[in-house]
Amino acid sequence: MSDLVIKVDAVSKLYKLGVITSRTIREDIRLWWKSKIKGNDSWKRELKEEDYLWALKDISFEVRRGEVLGIIGKNGAGKSTLLKIMSRVTSPTSGSIKIKGRAASLLEVGTGFHPELTGRENIFLNGAILGMSKAEIRSKLDEIIEFSGVSRFIDTPVKRYSSGMYVRLAFAVAAHLDPDILIVDEVLAVGDMEFQKKCLGKMKDVSGQGRTVLFVSHNMAIMKSLCTRGILLEKGRIKVNGSIHETIDEYFSENKEVAKTGIIPDDFYRPYGTGEARFKVAYVINQGQEKTNELRFNERFRIKMELQALQDIKGALLSVQLKNGVHETVVFSSDYRSKFTTVDFCKGNHLVEVDFNTCLMPGRYLLTANLSFFNSGSVIDTAQNVFEFTVSNLAEPGKGDYLWGTVHGYVHADTNWVYKNLN
Amino acid sequence: MTPTENPAQVTWDLEIKPRNRFFDLRYRELWAYRDLILLFVKRDFTVQYKQTLLGPLWHILQPLITTLMYTFIFGNFARIPTDGSPGPVFYLSGIIIWYFFAGCFSNTSNTFLSNAGIFGKIYFPRLAVPVSVVISNAVRFFIQLGIFLAIAAYYIYRGDISPGTTVALLPLLLIIMALMGMGAGLLVSSLTTKYRDLSFFLAFGLQLWMYLTPIIYPASLWGEYRWVLDLNPMTAIVETFRNGFLGTGQVGYLNLGYSAVFSLVIFFLGTAIFNKVERTFMDTV
Repeated sequence: MSDLVIKVDAVSKLYKLGVITSRTIREDIRLWWKSKIKGNDSWKRELKEEDYLWALKDISFEVRRGEVLGIIGKNGAGKSTLLKIMSRVTSPTSGSIKIKGRAASLLEVGTGFHPELTGRENIFLNGAILGMSKAEIRSKLDEIIEFSGVSRFIDTPVKRYSSGMYVRLAFAVAAHLDPDILIVDEVLAVGDMEFQKKCLGKMKDVSGQGRTVLFVSHNMAIMKSLCTRGILLEKGRIKVNGSIHETIDEYFSENKEVAKTGIIPDDFYRPYGTGEARFKVAYVINQGQEKTNELRFNERFRIKMELQALQDIKGALLSVQLKNGVHETVVFSSDYRSKFTTVDFCKGNHLVEVDFNTCLMPGRYLLTANLSFFNSGSVIDTAQNVFEFTVSNLAEPGKGDYLWGTVHGYVHADTNWVYKNLN
Repeated sequence: MTPTENPAQVTWDLEIKPRNRFFDLRYRELWAYRDLILLFVKRDFTVQYKQTLLGPLWHILQPLITTLMYTFIFGNFARIPTDGSPGPVFYLSGIIIWYFFAGCFSNTSNTFLSNAGIFGKIYFPRLAVPVSVVISNAVRFFIQLGIFLAIAAYYIYRGDISPGTTVALLPLLLIIMALMGMGAGLLVSSLTTKYRDLSFFLAFGLQLWMYLTPIIYPASLWGEYRWVLDLNPMTAIVETFRNGFLGTGQVGYLNLGYSAVFSLVIFFLGTAIFNKVERTFMDTV
């Protein structure tokens, strides 16, 4: 099982930036002539250091049969460039890649679809572009049509398709490729939930059959469930090459900026959620109504959240969790437990404040906010570990500091102590 | 990472490297994608006349209408000689030959630019596109040849023209034109990825080339300057075609040889540069 199917050896890719490529013949001839007269090489030297970009630098890794490798990285880290080189769309500047077996790549669904052709005709064209023979496509035609769910319109030109139908048909063709190695870019982020599930199932089947998959996605939940190994790219270099969990953890540790401000960008990683609403900010404020990453011992605090409802939401349930340094939830609170009612949000922005009269023990805490439907329990949005704060040993003057070196537990329970002299 | 158990045992099916050999057509790979080539041809024909009233009939009408116009303008009005053959077959023979060559040339010349979307997303032998273009043009040529033969038959029946044995050279002519058109097209296509201005020149260039080829006039019109006309590799092709079907002029085998060599040179040059550009063209478009 350990045989090598891909060997990437010191691959680098250099891009020229700027307007270099749009020079006209006239300009090229002028520069060439100028360099002839001067007798130097200024024609070529007009490119400066900053006109170059190493999209990939010295990338080496190996993939074994049956592995599902997830490639993770921020935009511009070089993921797409790497996939493009592996798919032979462009060639590396240096280094080499060796591949064993038949490789197929899916950088986009529906490549080569022609709007004037019918669904059936496009299946053949697209299939052939992906490297299938006519006979192969014909033998799988019924299966493909069935999978796509657009059989009623299969003899209609695809220009009359809705964008959803178009994508489903395109993915159906791609899903029936039978390569030894499948290279997939972020193509699963299409179609509705049901179709996405179908696609994921298909991907799992593929990897279950001992095929090798290389996969790029920003959806870490999918990554976690599909991949066996991960590579984290940063600025064209490999930062982590290890298990998928290790890789994803490292990727998230880069979200420090969010944890400091509590401001949640739209492209923030949300492992699940149906998306009818999303959290925009979530942070801790102190008694003086100020955002703070540092609470004092015994200080009253509130959690302030802003969420944007993209449509009217009925019967929702809000909750917050505080996690400790090793990501275990140590405090939980929901509105339902305090009021025994659910909450409705009309479309638009909402502000929510949660007043805690709990005393947290000194330590480091991470805030997570959740919004879900009460009845179905399905999660609408979750903002995980979006704010980090500490509770110090020191209290406000006159309120009693925490004097001991060791800390037991996380919450100082609100208790009454009764003393009786039994003599 | 554990080292490979025994590197000698690993056989790789594919190696991706910065540069491939200067001239490498990879016929076998192209052959593996023959279904794709045929589907491209089919697509071109299906799509071309979608939502037109007359559909594929245009393949026939186009040369016929042009012939009518030429017969009227150059024959009846300007009174340019036709080497004694009837106007319609004279012009039509030139037109279908030229259409084939110009079609191969100009349709291949935008291979990169018009397929940038597909090329940027998936690999298949890039030559599949120009090859399918040549096949499409060949199919169209044979349809038009059918019409030409029908009209020629009428004139043969009337005794106006007398075909000769050089008709048998037709396959050779087609191969020369296909290689030359495709080679020149690939050359232009590769250069247009860097210099867009070339595509503007192409339209004018092709028109000029047509007037320097004996399409609307016989080669004999050039008289003592005939050797200038013979520098054009298309001259021998048109002359040979007319000699075969109309019985006019004569076949200059030396000129034909020149055309063949010319087409081979341009084909190899075009393919070599195409191969080079193909590797990195996605970065410059």
